[in-house]
Amino acid sequence: MTPAVQAAGLGVSLGGSRILHDVDLTVHDGEVVALLGPNGSGKSTLVRALVGVVPHDRGQIHLLGAPLGPKVAWDRVGYVPQRISAATGVPSTARDVVVSGTLHRRRLVPPRGARRRADQALADVGLADLAGRPVSELSGGQQQRVLIARALVRQPRLLLLDEPVAGVDLPSQEAFARTLAALAGQGTTILVVLHELGALAGLVARAVALRHGRVVHDGPPPPARDEHARPGHDHVHPHEGDHPTTADGDFSATLRWRST
Amino acid sequence: MIDELVWMFTDPLMRRALVVAALVGLTAPVIGTYLVQRRLALLGDGIGHVALTGVAAGWLVGSVAGLTPHDALAIPGAVIAAIIGAVTIELVRERGRTGGDVALALLFYGGIAGGVLIISLAGGTNANLVGYLFGSISTVTSSDVWTTALLSVLVLTVGVGLRTALFAVCHDEEFARAAGMPVRVLNITIAVVAALTVTVAMRVVGVLLVSALMIVPVAAAQMVTSSFRRTMTTAMGIGVVVCLTGLSVTYWHDVSPGATIVVLAIGVYAAAAGVRGLRGRLGRRTPGDPHPHLADDVQIAAPGGR
Repeated sequence: MTPAVQAAGLGVSLGGSRILHDVDLTVHDGEVVALLGPNGSGKSTLVRALVGVVPHDRGQIHLLGAPLGPKVAWDRVGYVPQRISAATGVPSTARDVVVSGTLHRRRLVPPRGARRRADQALADVGLADLAGRPVSELSGGQQQRVLIARALVRQPRLLLLDEPVAGVDLPSQEAFARTLAALAGQGTTILVVLHELGALAGLVARAVALRHGRVVHDGPPPPARDEHARPGHDHVHPHEGDHPTTADGDFSATLRWRST
Repeated sequence: MIDELVWMFTDPLMRRALVVAALVGLTAPVIGTYLVQRRLALLGDGIGHVALTGVAAGWLVGSVAGLTPHDALAIPGAVIAAIIGAVTIELVRERGRTGGDVALALLFYGGIAGGVLIISLAGGTNANLVGYLFGSISTVTSSDVWTTALLSVLVLTVGVGLRTALFAVCHDEEFARAAGMPVRVLNITIAVVAALTVTVAMRVVGVLLVSALMIVPVAAAQMVTSSFRRTMTTAMGIGVVVCLTGLSVTYWHDVSPGATIVVLAIGVYAAAAGVRGLRGRLGRRTPGDPHPHLADDVQIAAPGGR
């Protein structure tokens, strides 16, 4: 079976400095792989190079068996960029943004039923009721989920996510982990860039770690993860502790959500 | 009053002018929506200035070739120059961080200076350019009407027909690229359609105010709308209304149609901003707003297998 992602001898330089040196990465069909590494290790650049957002100057990339370019089955590749604000200069609803995810190289007009599919994808990430809301009114965590829905609406076979849970509180991380688990259960191949495994620890069977643009680990998730997971918990508990400090219970809950 | 309106519509000159104004009011905000979305609201201005050089160049060629009238080639010249200018800006923008605004500034000044220089070479005076700077809708011929109609159909077909694709590219270029979409082709399409829109609208409000027709209706519409499509259609409606109203005013009062239209559009913007302010004051007070978000989020965290 052809691997979902295959990169061989990949080199990327941006603005005159070399970001990735000779990276080999193979992700097999149906695998869930985490891409770990400190800031500046090149993990985001690697994912962006894999989907052709940044150019590579060495090596080859194959996605779903086809060389990066027009032959790739783009309608089966879903990409979630590192969180930008989902809002733009002109008001647009969550549904507007997700419908744009039905487009790909060979489809520049949304397919029939795109709206229904967009609503379904929004329901999958728990935002069914907010489909008609302008994205600028959504919280950061909700905007992140809109971007995930935009990748899911095309029912991808290969899903690449760039730090999808950065700055998202634990309940949403867990909800997100369940969504990914369901997708993995359906056979979706997932490559996810993470800072720490956190809520996804149970899902990730293999981790690739980068440092200074080179692969330094490829195998079971590094054992350090227990220590990494714990600060994540600590990070959440103080917020839960905020509850009694404010008089109005609802308001404190809102505060907790602000943290996303 | 009614009689005067009937008079206005029976005047063939005025009828042609009204048709052109309505078409421009309808099409300019379409492309303006995309420009606002990618925060390139001044692009139309840059293109307009370059179009002026095109007008002068067309004039020069026309007078050298001995065509009558001398400005027979002015509009084709404007179309060509505007397209070249728009595509250049797009390529500079794509190249990266270095000075999209500097490129725009070069176009502004180069366009005006080039226009004035070339028109003097052609034996004309700056006065010949004034009609293009401030609009000359009172002189539209029936062939102008047909040209405008044709270009409007083109702008509407692309701008409305491809709206999801253009939205995707303007909203998040990185995602569009990662979906394998032809990002560069779409970007250049926007630039070319913007250039065509500018040369059409130039006739009505003039080079100096052309961008206002593209941007101000959108700015007004987005004060009161929440979805992309609604913003675009509302802006188109505002565009048509201000163009027709502004032009009709000039039928009775001797004022510049272009300036009247733009001032009206800004008035609509101010009114929309007022409506939004009022709505915010009345609507947001109710405690209902933050709750739906909250209930939703808690729900997805609670049930086990979704």
